Amino acid sequence: MTAALLDACLALCLPLLAWLVLRTESLSQSVVLFVAMGLLSALAWARLDAPDISLVEAAVGTGLTGALLMHTLSWTDERPPDVAARARHRPWAVVAMAALTGMLGWAVLSLPSDDPGLTREVDAHLAESGVEHPVTAVLLNYRGYDTLLEIAVLLVAVLGARAVNPRSERTTPEPSRDPLTGELFRMMTPALLLVAGYLVWVGEHGPGGAFQAGAILAGGGVVALLTTRLGTPRMSSWRVRWALLTGPLLFIGAAVAPLFSGRALLEYREAQAGTVIFVVELALTVSIAMVLWMFFPGMRPARAERSGKEPS
Amino acid sequence: MPELRMALAFFLLLNILAGLVRVVRGPTLTDRFIVAQLFGTTGVGVLVLLAADPGQAALRDVALVFALLAPVTVVAFVRFAVGSGPSPEQERR
Amino acid sequence: MSLWDGVCAVFMVAGAFFCLAGTVGVLRFPDVYCRLHALTKVDNLGLGLVVVGLALQSGSWATALELLLVWLFVLISSAFTCQLIARAALRRGAAPWTGRREP
Repeated sequence: MTAALLDACLALCLPLLAWLVLRTESLSQSVVLFVAMGLLSALAWARLDAPDISLVEAAVGTGLTGALLMHTLSWTDERPPDVAARARHRPWAVVAMAALTGMLGWAVLSLPSDDPGLTREVDAHLAESGVEHPVTAVLLNYRGYDTLLEIAVLLVAVLGARAVNPRSERTTPEPSRDPLTGELFRMMTPALLLVAGYLVWVGEHGPGGAFQAGAILAGGGVVALLTTRLGTPRMSSWRVRWALLTGPLLFIGAAVAPLFSGRALLEYREAQAGTVIFVVELALTVSIAMVLWMFFPGMRPARAERSGKEPS
Repeated sequence: MPELRMALAFFLLLNILAGLVRVVRGPTLTDRFIVAQLFGTTGVGVLVLLAADPGQAALRDVALVFALLAPVTVVAFVRFAVGSGPSPEQERR
Repeated sequence: MSLWDGVCAVFMVAGAFFCLAGTVGVLRFPDVYCRLHALTKVDNLGLGLVVVGLALQSGSWATALELLLVWLFVLISSAFTCQLIARAALRRGAAPWTGRREP
């Protein structure tokens, strides 16, 4: 009974907050509200029995999304054109959105509610996968090629992010002069490493894994960029390139190795599967952390620190 | 005891719902950011309460990650808010 | 319900009370700085008492330790956050409330 009330309250909060994000006239306020909405959606995933997604939402939503959006804001003019006023003159947009919402709702309602999908097959072969958590087994064993391709996509994404923001290759962002933030980074670092390591380890038998751990390390990297004189990682540095490539290269190696002993791609030996998956996850953590970190190009210099003319 | 925990989690969520009033009224960007931080801590409370139910222990890890990474957004916000300078028309009470 | 459970329940309800007090503070206090004060009460006492109640009834050292770690992280974050946000607000020109009607 109380659980149902809780879910109802959550289901009320989320659309309400989404509406507030859309209706505020200022971009910076939308961003702040969007950060709050990330938290509520993590709660929603938790209530939907999807702790893995909840964990990703927590790590990416609090560690990166907020910082990335604030960075974008720092390069944007505060007042956007009056979007709300323009939308009022487009009734067909409202009709189209209503139709889309109706179709999505109909699709969700027409799904069989008690269809187990592939759950039974996954559980039946869990003992052979080398790990105890079904989500990790699917991601790194049964459908390892999906994950491998996703890592490749992440690498391409980083190249794209750097291509549209070449400025971050040349400039070192001015760190905050506040002594507090430097102290904060010093206190956070050991905790970040501890929790990231814990999440890689726990991925073997529960929600966790390389992506969540990488997102946490990247969050620490963002704090380092904003508070220390570290400077944005540069693509031209060989250390950065190796950090980006360690995970994918090791994963490809682990995927191809079975071919030499007459097995299929990614078909690990049952006895070694656990070790292989752990080593690949560890290497992927480094690469994913680097990829996510490199999405964040540092902040625009504060207005007082900028020179008279705007950088072109 | 599980009922009490669920009831408290619901109560904390009602607090979040009430906090939306401050989000609407603002008036400044900092006020809204404070509400985002309030949601963060209250949400961590909800997560640890839910995690005490059998089979939900992973939610405690989610709470841990939220607690650990909360300062990232704050540092970015402060850097942005100070960097973009005072905006008198927005910050007047 | 045993006495031990009762003690845990008292802690958790007290924690929820401080969360309520913090939310009321954020809603009712007159300016950014006062609201910040209300926010940190939720971080310290609200979450703290809930965590203590849960740790006492968890019956496992590992769980209790993780719960305390959650609280410790929130405490550290809160101590820095409060100062940083207050300074940012001051530099953006938010005038502190003095209790007098503004001229």
